[in-house]
Amino acid sequence: MAIVGAAAFAMLAFTRGEPVNAAWMVAAALCTYSVAYRFYSKFIATQVLRLDAARITPAVRLEDGLDYVPTNRFVLFGHHFAAIAGAGPLVGPVLAAQMGYLPGTLWILGGVVVAGAVQDFVILTFSTRRDGRSLGDIIRSEMGAAAGVVASIGIVMIVIILLAVLGLVVIKALTGSPWGTFTVMATIPIAALMGLYGRFLRPGRVGEISLIGIALLLFAILYGRTVAETPTLAALFTFKGETLALMLMFYGFVAAVLPVWLLLAPRDYLSTFLKIGTIVALAVGIVIIMPDLKMPAVTRFIDGSGPVFSGNLFPFLFITIACGSVSGFHALVCSGTTPKMLENESQARFIGYGGMLTESAVAIMALIAASVIDPGLYFAMNSPAALIGTTADHAAEVISSWGFTIGGDTLSAAAHDIGETTLLSRSGGAPTFAVGMANILAGAIGGRGMLAYWYHFGILFEALFILTTIDAGTRVARFMIQDLAGMAVPAFRDTGSWGANIAATALTVAGWGTILYQGVVDPLGGINTLWPLFGIANQMLAALALTLASVVLCKMKRERYAWVTALPTLWLLICTLTAGWAKLFHPNPSIGFLAHAQKFSDAAAAGQILTPANGMAQMNRIIFNDRIDATLCAIFMGVVIATALFGITAIRRALQSPVKTSREVGFEGLEVGHA
Amino acid sequence: MREALAPGSLSLFWRAFRETAHLMVGLPDYQRYVAHVAARHPGKIAMTKAEFVAERTARRYEGRGVGRCC
Repeated sequence: MAIVGAAAFAMLAFTRGEPVNAAWMVAAALCTYSVAYRFYSKFIATQVLRLDAARITPAVRLEDGLDYVPTNRFVLFGHHFAAIAGAGPLVGPVLAAQMGYLPGTLWILGGVVVAGAVQDFVILTFSTRRDGRSLGDIIRSEMGAAAGVVASIGIVMIVIILLAVLGLVVIKALTGSPWGTFTVMATIPIAALMGLYGRFLRPGRVGEISLIGIALLLFAILYGRTVAETPTLAALFTFKGETLALMLMFYGFVAAVLPVWLLLAPRDYLSTFLKIGTIVALAVGIVIIMPDLKMPAVTRFIDGSGPVFSGNLFPFLFITIACGSVSGFHALVCSGTTPKMLENESQARFIGYGGMLTESAVAIMALIAASVIDPGLYFAMNSPAALIGTTADHAAEVISSWGFTIGGDTLSAAAHDIGETTLLSRSGGAPTFAVGMANILAGAIGGRGMLAYWYHFGILFEALFILTTIDAGTRVARFMIQDLAGMAVPAFRDTGSWGANIAATALTVAGWGTILYQGVVDPLGGINTLWPLFGIANQMLAALALTLASVVLCKMKRERYAWVTALPTLWLLICTLTAGWAKLFHPNPSIGFLAHAQKFSDAAAAGQILTPANGMAQMNRIIFNDRIDATLCAIFMGVVIATALFGITAIRRALQSPVKTSREVGFEGLEVGHA
Repeated sequence: MREALAPGSLSLFWRAFRETAHLMVGLPDYQRYVAHVAARHPGKIAMTKAEFVAERTARRYEGRGVGRCC
């Protein structure tokens, strides 16, 4: 197995000038996963964590048939995977493909083995040993109340920035696309219909409701073509980015205060089942088709001059791909519902480590999808209009001058094939992924005639679960804000109060809405600015979770093995802090927020207007936005540094103590009161 | 259900599939809940299937935990 893996890596790394088959990438990934699972995760299970199959899990001890339910490990694996897999592993690798497929592949595989899967596994175990308590709770009890507050602030901010970035991904895919906009909008009445049906007509029939919903969705995709080809209808569903952003904010607010059974829950059914189904279909498609990777292994953009995101390979590659290698968000999921359902502690290895390896495989598939399309088309779709202009011929000329030869007619034909008028500057990863997926799946079923349908299916499936996340995330952030604000003003914490709920929801929507709107009007396309910020936030959360893990290992007097989590912590600290520093202070305005603000305020002082502003008011807005971004970035860095310091203090105290000081519950035989 | 994945039986496989799909959207196994109430809380009346789904749906999204990833 190791030999096959090594050969596959050699093939990927040393083949130049001719297309490499995706089979090699699949082989390299599968070999890496199986070797890592077989050896490294076993080492962690037996030596580091000392998983004990005889130890009673909270699912068994506190069983209530609702939250705490001992669950078959394969069933639980499905639940856990559905919770951790989202848009993240599909977007990051697509953006990172601008540097070629090799850097991304190496980081996805290396990162997941030593950082991402370790984090998920360890946090899942620690949460299971604490009755399934949340990450914030565990930080509070193991590292102190102050560390808990810092972590809570960090978590609220990452949720808000996540919502803004995901919203931007949807908007980039739907701008000027009546077919896409129609199908995505159709999900709202479809979900409401499902909700009403499931509430009043056939209560509780989830499978039946979902099948009806999926049938209606497929019909919406088919009918979308008619909408796009009928000028009067198309005009109704063609919007500018700014309009879509305002609509999304309005939607986010309304959806978050409606009862969950009406919109959120039924759409969650649709998005979850479509997501899993599509991932499986894509995996099968890749295996059947085994497409060639047209993207070079490494492009010239590793020098930091790339159009998709700015900045050097180090540190920016490592924050661009978060989900798929290591994602702090998973620490929240791993300390959520999954630990309350583990039948046996020893299964944490399969669920935690194995689940993350599977997500990593999704990221590899996304990278394959981005690499099978023509590099010229890839750059046309992912470069901002400020660089490549707005006509196919001009874009083709610019991109060909970068060394990725493509003709304007090829770009137009590609857009026509998938039923869109243009594909230029559709950044954000989702459209590129959808094109790659459409190419792979159309190769398996339907051929070129089906391309447009597969593409819009891809867009719909991503938009669907992003909208679900926006809805659910707004609710989560609202609760968190109410909790945090409740420390100062206790009345705010009352979630039964309409006033407090509406105020906190409005605050949340205003938070992500401001960032989102700024991303939409950004001259560099928004993703370029916001994705690194999201990456920094996500890796910050991972650093936080891994710091906690290192502290707990030391408190368990397992400091001999603390390197297992301390080394990835150190790496993430280096990456987030270097990247954060660069985003703040880099002299190049396309990287540093403050340099960008400086450039615009200098111009404003001289009375000049720089694109894309068309007036002094917009100039001031851009400067203001830069400062907001810089502030967010500084807060993320502050959270990371503060947590690292809390961690070091806690570790020193733990090392001085001769006995175990970690606060676990529920060793076998110890009966803790239960309801 | 622990025994749901015993080899060889299509109906058991189908049950496991259904259970997985339900749990993916946050609904634990209803039969198991009913069995639990009967065994451990003899005096209590278990929720009906519809009540159970409504209760779980409300709980899934009102919680403070983040149930999903990006």
